[in-house]
Amino acid sequence: MNLFFDGIAWILDSANQGGPGGWIARLGEQLAYTFGAVAIAAVIAVPLGYLVGHTGRGRDLAVSLSGGFRALPSLGLLILLGLGLGIGFRAPLLTFVILAIPPILAGAYAGFEAIDRKTIDAARALGMTELQIVGRVEVPLGLPLLIGGIRSGVLQVVATATLAAYVSGGALGVFIFEGFSTRNYAEALGASILVTVLALVLEGIFALIQRLVVPRGVVAKEPTEIRTRSSRPVAVAGLPAQEGK
Amino acid sequence: MIEFRSVTKQFPDGTVAVEGFDLVIPPRKTTVLVGSSGCGKTTLLRMINRMIDPTSGSILIDGEDTASLAPVKLRRRIGYVMQNSGLLPHRKVIDNVATVPVLNGVPKKKARAHALELLDTVGLDRSLAGKYPRQLSGGQQQRVGVARGLAADPNILLMDEPFGAVDPIVRAELQQETIRLQAGLGKTVVFVTHDIDEAFLLGHQVVILQKGGHIAQVGTPAEILARPADDFVASFVGADKGKRKLRIERVDGTDVVVDENGTPTGVLQP
Repeated sequence: MNLFFDGIAWILDSANQGGPGGWIARLGEQLAYTFGAVAIAAVIAVPLGYLVGHTGRGRDLAVSLSGGFRALPSLGLLILLGLGLGIGFRAPLLTFVILAIPPILAGAYAGFEAIDRKTIDAARALGMTELQIVGRVEVPLGLPLLIGGIRSGVLQVVATATLAAYVSGGALGVFIFEGFSTRNYAEALGASILVTVLALVLEGIFALIQRLVVPRGVVAKEPTEIRTRSSRPVAVAGLPAQEGK
Repeated sequence: MIEFRSVTKQFPDGTVAVEGFDLVIPPRKTTVLVGSSGCGKTTLLRMINRMIDPTSGSILIDGEDTASLAPVKLRRRIGYVMQNSGLLPHRKVIDNVATVPVLNGVPKKKARAHALELLDTVGLDRSLAGKYPRQLSGGQQQRVGVARGLAADPNILLMDEPFGAVDPIVRAELQQETIRLQAGLGKTVVFVTHDIDEAFLLGHQVVILQKGGHIAQVGTPAEILARPADDFVASFVGADKGKRKLRIERVDGTDVVVDENGTPTGVLQP
């Protein structure tokens, strides 16, 4: 427990905060990796996922791709890319992009696939062009699952971005590696706490966004349905003596 | 007028849904395609607005071959009402109704004003305009579906088992509403159902279909009842079950109409 307070104390010590090597700057780098990698991954994965989701073509490839890429060991990939690209930010960024693509790709096509086929059929029968079906029906209705995919991508990258320090790529991992090698455990722990808090804050923000982007008509009737489903059976199950009466 | 000329549709999996189908659908009347599931009735309906393209043969609307028309443009001038309404869940009722006019470039404000009038036409309260489809009952959703089908003021209205999923009381209401709307607006309605009673109620012309889109009989309800073309038709309309064979029994000086089993169905008016 003492070590934990030492970690907090390290965070609160103003000597560790400011300047180019302080944790505020490193936190900024951690965030830059996270959002940079997710943004690049989204530019690649969202159109691809939409294409797969709308046409249904290449679905098997997308599924195995997003499944397979998830199994890639991040550290191994980082070192491999680091050997090719050298030290600095490029190898970690590329690693994190590859890490973020599978969940975003899956979110994009799964969002389209989850839409009732009748809704899309009706849109087409009304005379919408394929592009209008994508833009006015599939994108808004698929948004919640896409945001879900981006959310898990962000969380994966923000946690993994500590590895960037392995190839001198900066971010909060610098303190963790430095702390362990110099036996300054307060420093390592302080940085770990920062990463954890950052991940939790981002998780909270995305959970909120995900709720906000659910189209209003889609949630309109949900509360009543949840209530009728959950409360009744519980009450009945509590009265076995009444059974058969 | 809609004309089918030896239309055949074979799906990629080899199923022949419709084979050598010929039919003339008269304008400003209701034509009902009726048959059991798998008889190709929905396929026939969806070929009119090119949701499905025929393998061979042609479909003409007012003498114009639909194959020469762009599908999207064609669909925007043909109303379409489907089972379970097919409304867009993320759009309010009023915007659902205004969908096609907005696609056609009508300013949103004008399209919405017209959509409100259409809610009156189909017997819906204007206060529902701001609600989302899922907040409405099944019958109300279906009325919105009809309003949407009418929004671009099409000459042709295609209805694909529109009342299959609503309860019998609401269905009876919607059927009467459909008759009233068709008579008032003079649309060419093509209606698909598997319910022969619904077909006889709504259809000026009833087309009884057998597997593969083969026509068993075409005619007015009275013609079909009076002279079923074969055993299949007789069985399909229920003429062999006694339900359609009525006779008069005199009860206390009143003529009561009973069916073959003796179940009273009504009273004969002088």
